[in-house]
Amino acid sequence: MGDTVIRIEDAVVSYREDIALSGVSLTVESGEFVGIIGPNGAGKTTLLTVVNGVGKLLSGRVWVLGHSLTAANGHSLRKKVGYVPQVLDIDPRMPMNVREVVMIGRYGLLGLFKRPGRHDWKVVDEVVELVGMTHLSRRPIGHLSGGEQQRVAIARCLAQEPALFLLDEPTASLDWKAQTEILELVKQIHDLRKLTTLFVTHDLDALPHTCDRVVLMKDGLIVDDGIPDQLINTDSLSRLYNMPAPAVEERQPHMHVKES
Amino acid sequence: MDLSIFSYQFMQNAILSAFLGGIACATIGVFVVLMHMPFIGVAMSHAAFAGALLGMWLGFNPLIGAFALSLGAAAVIGPLADRGELTPDTSLGVIFSLMLGLAFLFIGLMPGTKSGALELLWGSILTNTRGDIVLLAVVAFVVVALVFIFYKEIQATIFHRDIALFVGLPATLILYGVLFLTGATVTASLRSIGGLLIFSLILNPAAAAYQLTYSMKRMFLLAAAFGVLSGWVGLLFSYLFDIPSGATIVVTSSVIFMLATIFSPKRKVKGWQEKPAAEV
Repeated sequence: MGDTVIRIEDAVVSYREDIALSGVSLTVESGEFVGIIGPNGAGKTTLLTVVNGVGKLLSGRVWVLGHSLTAANGHSLRKKVGYVPQVLDIDPRMPMNVREVVMIGRYGLLGLFKRPGRHDWKVVDEVVELVGMTHLSRRPIGHLSGGEQQRVAIARCLAQEPALFLLDEPTASLDWKAQTEILELVKQIHDLRKLTTLFVTHDLDALPHTCDRVVLMKDGLIVDDGIPDQLINTDSLSRLYNMPAPAVEERQPHMHVKES
Repeated sequence: MDLSIFSYQFMQNAILSAFLGGIACATIGVFVVLMHMPFIGVAMSHAAFAGALLGMWLGFNPLIGAFALSLGAAAVIGPLADRGELTPDTSLGVIFSLMLGLAFLFIGLMPGTKSGALELLWGSILTNTRGDIVLLAVVAFVVVALVFIFYKEIQATIFHRDIALFVGLPATLILYGVLFLTGATVTASLRSIGGLLIFSLILNPAAAAYQLTYSMKRMFLLAAAFGVLSGWVGLLFSYLFDIPSGATIVVTSSVIFMLATIFSPKRKVKGWQEKPAAEV
């Protein structure tokens, strides 16, 4: 832990009439692994897009990697921020293979008019190996399963050699085995590359094992922020998801949640 | 077969026009096919057609009218779709119907014979002038040069616009650039192929190439080759059977697409997947 990597002050974001973030403040230190949980529509994805400069602020300020984020420097900052979205709907006949898709991660760094060189392909092959996809590296991207495509998405982010790693429900719509594998991979990469990671998830079971810190979001606000073992309990989840405590307890065996 | 016809200037102009138009249209077609925006070609070609008719009605160069309206349509389609209030197909449909309405309005308002307007609808590659060829050459060169120079940015945007944005590329600018290039290509090819038929020459060669390869570079090359082949074979049939060249070019491109679909290795996806990993 050390320097502040992300500082958000009173961020407000709106999509037409709907307020997605209504005054969110958050500070993340270098090396932290922060889990973000909350019901659908809580503003979790918007929070990530504010950090990578895609989300447009109505008011408030954001500093990322020491720079104040503005409309003008969003592109250059995004080159240093790896972002894994939810499983994408990729054309099964897309004429690109795994290596080529991972190489996209280097395109922003390369800049205009420059083509990938030997070093770039070496980086790509290394990250493809790191996510365990070397045996499929020449396969068309559309021929991969959802779990494999998420591994490629993670490799693409790592090819950026990012300082900041943002993941938006990377395990949503994957089967249990693929979910577990992706989570382990993310944690392994976070430790190995000493990244700062923001991880939006619905997988409450995995949170205590992976995250140093958890942020609870609801209705466009951060409602709680702390250590997972202390924060994830029946009461907090009952409030967060508007669910009666007995209903949360019923699900407890699956969530490994502590009783309050 | 008497091939002396190919020694005439008008036929040489037509062959050169088919070559240049085939390359430009098919290259644009790769974007249209891979970005799943087939309606763009339709909307653009009708915008160019309406613009040319406006020029004919008001007495200025139809080419300028075609350029103005197709580029205007490109400038409206992108932001309209980006606002997210309408799906891209809906905004394209609105532009398409507006341009079609304007085209018929201008035909109706045009005094005298409408044969010039019909020529723009069906195309007349055999009457192409040096000026038409120079315009086609400039557009084809610009399209190919931009694809070559910005290949990695274009490839990333084609793969997924959001991903291109997330890695720090100006994805919106690239998309709008593609829309403008589409407008310019459609305009330059309007007199040769015709407003109604040009869409097929944009879509069919690229759709045929899409059936045959998993490499984007190869898809660009195959599409251009199919575009040129469609033009040349279409011209030959037009001459042999004395039928409109625009129609034969488009029918040829459709036949190439059908053949590519029948022999597509992508139809054997299962077999491909079953290969041992080491071989793929």
